Amino acid sequence: MQDFSLITSWLDSLLRSYMPGWLTVTVECVLIGVALLLVYALLALFYIYYERKLCAAFQCRLGPNRVGPWGVLQSFADMFKMLIKEIIHLNHIDRFLFALAPYLVIAASMMAFAVLPWGNGLQIVNFNIGIFFLIAVSSIGVLGILLAGWSSNNKFTLIGSLRSGAQMVSYELSIGLSVITMVCLAGTMSVDGIVSQQSDLWFIFKGHVPAIIAFVIYMIAGTAETNRGPFDLPEAESELTAGYHTEYSGIHFGFFYLAEYLNLFIVSGVAALLFFGGWMPLHIPGWEAFNNVMDYIPSVIWFLGKAFVLSFVIIWFKWTFPRLRIDQLLSLEWKYLLPINLVNLVLMALVVVYNLYF
Amino acid sequence: MISTAIFGIENNGLLGVTALLTGVALVFLALWIAKLISPRSFNPQKGEAYECGIPTRGESMSQFKVGYYLFAILFLMFDVETVFLFPWAVRMNELGVNGLLSIAIFFGVLVLGLVYAWRKGALEWK
Repeated sequence: MQDFSLITSWLDSLLRSYMPGWLTVTVECVLIGVALLLVYALLALFYIYYERKLCAAFQCRLGPNRVGPWGVLQSFADMFKMLIKEIIHLNHIDRFLFALAPYLVIAASMMAFAVLPWGNGLQIVNFNIGIFFLIAVSSIGVLGILLAGWSSNNKFTLIGSLRSGAQMVSYELSIGLSVITMVCLAGTMSVDGIVSQQSDLWFIFKGHVPAIIAFVIYMIAGTAETNRGPFDLPEAESELTAGYHTEYSGIHFGFFYLAEYLNLFIVSGVAALLFFGGWMPLHIPGWEAFNNVMDYIPSVIWFLGKAFVLSFVIIWFKWTFPRLRIDQLLSLEWKYLLPINLVNLVLMALVVVYNLYF
Repeated sequence: MISTAIFGIENNGLLGVTALLTGVALVFLALWIAKLISPRSFNPQKGEAYECGIPTRGESMSQFKVGYYLFAILFLMFDVETVFLFPWAVRMNELGVNGLLSIAIFFGVLVLGLVYAWRKGALEWK
């Protein structure tokens, strides 16, 4: 199996032969930062294209097809257009909080982004409480959205941000509980630990019934967490113009747009990590030849492939289901998902304690 | 099989801060570029709230429905309780049946809280 840490450790020793230790670490951190920035921006652009093409396919249209071959340059053109649009200065806003909100939203998604297991030896932040850290930092995004809505001094944004706050904190509970369910099975919270636990079989097969229930709940809660349809109440176009980012213009709006697509990637990446083995290739116990063939596919392709397939499911939700009402949304979480999740956690505990998993 | 840390950096706090600063740098750089190349004009009408065209009535940073607050309080209770479940979940295999029995008491209290909130009507959107 390919190991990217060979490349990074070679680069590390090369740098160390030219400069002192502290400078090497600084240069490496800058390299990591630049790589993160590029991958973040490119993935967001790819996701915008992906969603528009899929949406078009679901509605029997062609989608973007003019800029570049098959319209692949459309999202680059969109981003450039956003950069050259004027950032309007508003009269009655809270300027400090208004400027702070995009920083919070982007920084939260960037920190969650850095925890994901990209490939064998390509994981950046690797705490021993990795998955807990991921939940903690991704919840900072709610603060950014609440601040954006409050500071804009507009009734639409206030309603949008409050809906978003209620929705995101409620569904965070379900995400947390389904993550706990999988942590029970893994016996560790570190991301590389969870990945290596799945080297014989992915968790969704290993934990059978409780893992599948946890996966379904995670996907529903993840869709709500990214504020995407059918849970897109915070930016319901027909009632709230654009929800919490109504007052943002130009690239200032673009940050919320970027973070929304990146959160979609993060949610599907975490689902890939917890249920489908992160970058771990598909291994079936006993099928040696099959496992060896699977090992030839690079780990980055495995991870991205799983994440894109799971994102496809979330995008599919958006273009298939009608929008929920807020009381339906909250009762779905508190009266259905939460009790089911608690029962499921007990079920998983029994499965693990009595060794009923595969 | 599982390889070592990226570039051999063991200090994860440093890497986390790198990610945070990258996020801040992304917003800062993009805003700076936009400032350089985007047009700028001033018009007092342009700075008004994007509502319906006529001047806004009343303050928008005002009171809002108390239902949102109620759900935030409920979330706070349950989230703190789920945080307590994490350490047990990690060590569950070692703790075995004994751990299961002791967490059952904690779990019972958690479920009682949910049932109480449900019976009191805190989960209804009024």
